[in-house]
Amino acid sequence: MIPDAGTVDAIIDGLSAVFMVAGALMSLAAAVGLLRFPDLLSRMHAATKPQVLGLFLLLAAMGLQLRTWWVWPVLLVAWIFQLLTVPVSAHMVGRAGYRTKHLHRELLSTDELEAVVQNAAAKAAREDGSGDGA
Amino acid sequence: MMQTVLAVTAVILSLAAAGAILRIARGPSLLDRVLAADVLLAILGAALCIDMAVNRHLNNLMLLVALSVIGFIGSVTVARFVADRREQPHDS
Repeated sequence: MIPDAGTVDAIIDGLSAVFMVAGALMSLAAAVGLLRFPDLLSRMHAATKPQVLGLFLLLAAMGLQLRTWWVWPVLLVAWIFQLLTVPVSAHMVGRAGYRTKHLHRELLSTDELEAVVQNAAAKAAREDGSGDGA
Repeated sequence: MMQTVLAVTAVILSLAAAGAILRIARGPSLLDRVLAADVLLAILGAALCIDMAVNRHLNNLMLLVALSVIGFIGSVTVARFVADRREQPHDS
């Protein structure tokens, strides 16, 4: 049985409505996370939700609402662009946060960066010492 | 139905923007504020997306891409600046 055009229309409308509300709820989740989480690194975890999954849901809702095929590649390009830039900026913010000690060390379960940083500091100190001696 | 969805998402996004603005105002460090500003920008992009979806046009798509570029450049620049400024007293 082939459903008639009205039913399909209603189904697509309902799907895109669900996507839109879910995408908006991602933003709300990020705001709640920003307000309630204790330090920068855990806030960064919350902040990524609307930037990637929220944007994906909303772009999908847009593609469903516009009812044309050619918008999907355009929306995909917009989403992939966001997907490429968000990790870079998150990396920079997290790195700066680690270096300026904006984190609660007692909340970390492991800290793999600490050994690397200490090695680099020890190496720099050694090179400084030999430079002074020569 | 689309008008109901528009109203519901408007309320949700307003609450989210209020939370992000509260974190910008309160945020203990500069990086917290940058992160909250990034979230505010994402909420703005979400509002643009919902406007496009409900009213069925594509006028804001370039604005959406420009918004993500601005967010990227802004947070990378500020993160770089913070790293440079706070490292000086630590090193010397």
